[in-house]
Formats: sequence, structure tokens, C-alpha cells
Amino acid sequence: MLKLEKVQSGYGNILAVKGISLEVNDGEIITLIGANGAGKSTTLLTISGIVPCRSGRILLKGEEIQSLESDAIVKKGVVQVPEGRHIFPQLSVQENLDMGAFMRTDPRKVKDDLDYVYSLFPILKERRHQDGGTLSGGEQQMLAMSRALMARPQLLLLDEPSMGLAPLIIKQIFEIIQKINQESNTTIFLVEQNANLALQVANRGYVLENGKITISGSAKSLLENQDIRKAYLGL
Amino acid sequence: MDYFIELLFSGLTRGSIYALIALGYTMVYGIIGLINFAHGEIYMIGAFTAFIVATILSILGFPALAIIVLAGLAAVVWSASYGYTIEKIAYKPLRHAPRLSPLISAIGMSMFLQNYVLLAQTSDFLPFPQLISDFNFMEPVAHIVGSTDLVILVTTTVVMICLTILIKYTKIGKAMRATSQDRMMAMLVGINVNRIISVTFIIGSSLAAIGGMLIASHIGQINFYIGFIAGIKAFTAAVLGGIGSIPGAVLGSVVLGLTESFATGYVSSDYEDVFAFSLLVLILIFKPSGILGKADTQKV
Repeated sequence: MLKLEKVQSGYGNILAVKGISLEVNDGEIITLIGANGAGKSTTLLTISGIVPCRSGRILLKGEEIQSLESDAIVKKGVVQVPEGRHIFPQLSVQENLDMGAFMRTDPRKVKDDLDYVYSLFPILKERRHQDGGTLSGGEQQMLAMSRALMARPQLLLLDEPSMGLAPLIIKQIFEIIQKINQESNTTIFLVEQNANLALQVANRGYVLENGKITISGSAKSLLENQDIRKAYLGL
Repeated sequence: MDYFIELLFSGLTRGSIYALIALGYTMVYGIIGLINFAHGEIYMIGAFTAFIVATILSILGFPALAIIVLAGLAAVVWSASYGYTIEKIAYKPLRHAPRLSPLISAIGMSMFLQNYVLLAQTSDFLPFPQLISDFNFMEPVAHIVGSTDLVILVTTTVVMICLTILIKYTKIGKAMRATSQDRMMAMLVGINVNRIISVTFIIGSSLAAIGGMLIASHIGQINFYIGFIAGIKAFTAAVLGGIGSIPGAVLGSVVLGLTESFATGYVSSDYEDVFAFSLLVLILIFKPSGILGKADTQKV
């Protein structure tokens, strides 16, 4: 599905991602874990074309996408829920979802998808006329994920979906993530600081340290890895 | 009482024209956070275009209504193409530069356009043909409200309603609001932000052109400098209402127009600008975000 080859990117003089290579296969959930400032979000923003890729290649189904504009990348089915959710605060819940379907050209299927996300998160249907900015953190995360689903992603990039949420809500969000993966066969690239949680739902994982990938492997092997247990799982 | 109503209508007429220009300032600010100082010149170019087209058409003997419509259309198309081009030349290359750079570029663009029209046309005031003849049904109240005032008020109202529908209910309007609220997220849902910015400049310039044509036929003369004064006033109105807010721009314009009109009528026309800018100073002291503007809070 997606392949990164020696990708470098950053801001100004600072290189945040220092030549990382990784691969996401069709239908799997992979996770990128790492500490604050390791370059996780920058990696996702580079894939989406927000932060320019300085060198290396990003391949989507074998096709280079690193020089495409962000809207072209969304059209190819790569959709991101950024860190901090980024709900449009003065658009209603419904309008936020409409924006998720901005580049869709099949209004009838959009309607089906709307019903689907409302069935996933009934609370959003209740609040559909409310401004996005008035929702609670958990509801905003639900809305952010629903908005991304409205674009019918083939590859869903999730940046810190657990951030700032209550444990019960986090559990619910992660159940939905697995459900999305299984029901619509959406490939998921999950970035998390909560490594324990991420490795429990993922098939495989990569550990990012200071802009470089240091360890990779199956989620199970990472959970058992002594270094990771010490550094990221607090065990 | 008649005098009061006369001032009221003259204030509303002024306010309408300010609103047509102020919307361009506020919409552009909302999307890219830039005060487009060349916007007044777009209005001036609209007036000149209408002037040239109207003069040619009246020589050719076109009927009055056809002249108004065609001159208006020409002004809108021409100004919109200027607005579009200015953004591409003077602002787009500076999209990621520090905030001051595009601002300076805007001031430069404003001076360039003024001098370009000065050289290409003339520095003299040109008599603008009265495009709108007096309506018979306005006869009884003509000493209070002129026919041109009526046309300006009606046109502005219609334009505002169309704009509101566009912004609130159409896909492009929602995308414009989304882009102004969170540009990165707009990009992440697949909105082509450059296109949205271009559309914003085109809409703002079209509104200014309509304003330019209307006011020129109201006052009856134009020169290359009218854009500067009108631009400053409309900018004041936009700040007064809360820059970035569309209803705010309209409200601020009406408040400013009425203030000027009543100050002129009851105090002295010498103090017109004093009152206008005193109002601005007061608003900036007591409610810096403007009448309808939202306080800029940073969520952490």
C-alpha cells in the first residue's frame, strides 16, 4: 500500500525526519511509536503533503506521491486525522462531515457513508447542528475520525487519537479503529505515544527515535522487547 | 424630520458602498490574514472600467438600462481579473514569508496601480455619466431620497443576500469558511487552498467593482485617487465591525456611514473624517476585536 524510502523532511533548518524507510501492507494496522519530538507527526504530515519531502521517495501502490499537492494525495485515498483533531470550530458537525467528503463526486454514496458514521457515533447525529468547537474532546475525536471516513480512505493516518481523552473514551475510540480496519478493510497507520495501547491493536510497529527508525517488528515482538518495555511501556 | 430621514438614507447609502468594499478586506483577511491594501485600487479600477464602457456605449446609442448592466459586468470582470492577478503576482509567492512582507507588497501594489491609472488615464477628475435616471415614482420623496440612493441600497441588499447564500450553503462557501478557520485541516480534507484563495479575491474584487460603479455614478466624478480614500474608510469599517467577520463588515460599514452622515448633517462636513476615525479609536480602545469580532484566544 504505502512505502517510505529514506524520507527526509523538516521545518526551516531543522530536519525532523532523518531518512526513514517503512512499509504499510494492504489491510494491516501499523503503528509508529516514539517519544515527544521524535518526528512522528512530521512523518504523517510529510505523507499527506503538508510538510514537503526533502529527499527520498513516498510510494503509494508503487506510484510516487512525494511531490503531489495535499489535495491530490487525499484524492488518492490517503486521509489523515491530525494531532489535536483540528475540528473546524465554527462549522456545524454536519458541515464538518460535509468537508470530509469535499472531493467526493458520488453524492449517493456520500449519503450512505454519512449514515454509516452516524451509526458508529450516534452522539454526533444528535449534535449535528451544533458547532464543532462546542463538542467535548472525545466527541471531537469521534468527529475527526468520522470526517476522515467521509473521504472513503484506503489508507487512514491517525495521529495520537488517544491524546487528552479519558480512558473509557480511549477504549471506545480504539474499538472503532479496529472496526474500521476490519469492516471496510481500511489500512491504518497509527501514530501513538501510548505505545502499550497502540501495540495491542497493531499488526506491526516501528519505533522512531530522534528522526530515525531504531526498531521494527511484529507488535507482539515489540511488546516483549526489553528495551521497548523499559523506554516506552514503563514496565 | 425630513432632514433626519434624508441624513439617514444618505448614511445608509454611504454604508452600503463601504460594505461592498469592506467585504473584500474582511474576506481576504479571514482566509490569508492579510490586509490587502491594493483593494481600494480594485474599486477605483472598477469605476474606471465602468466609466470607459459606459461612455463608449452611450456614444453608440445604447439604452440606459443596457449601459448600466454592461458597464457593471465589464467592471466586475475586469476588476476580478485584476484581483486574481494581483494575488498571484504579489501575494502568492510570499505565502510562507513573514507577515510583514505581503503587507509591504500590498502597499507597493496599491501605489503601482494608482500611478498606472494616473499615467494611462489622467490626473484630472473625469465627469462620470449619470447612469441612473430619476424614477417617476420617486418624485414625491425625491428631495429626501434620490433615485441613485435607492438603486444603491437595493443593489447592495441583493448582493449581500447572494453572498450570504453562497457562503452559508454552497460547497465552495463552506470550503471558504473551513479554509479561514483552519487552513492545514482544509488541505487535509482535500480542499485546494490556492483555488479557494483565488475565488476569495475574485469575489471581493467583484463586490468592490460594483461599489465603484455605483458610487461613481452617484457622485458624478472619478479620478485615480478615489480608491485610496474609499479603501481607508472601508478598511476602518471592516475593523470597526471586527476584521474577518462578514456580518461585522456590513454592520461596521452601516455604523460608519451613519456616523459620517449625521456628523456632517448636524455638526459640520469639516468634521466628517474626525467623527469616523474617532469612532474607530473608541472601538479599538474598548473592544479591540471590533463589534462582532471574536477575541483571539489561543487554546493550549
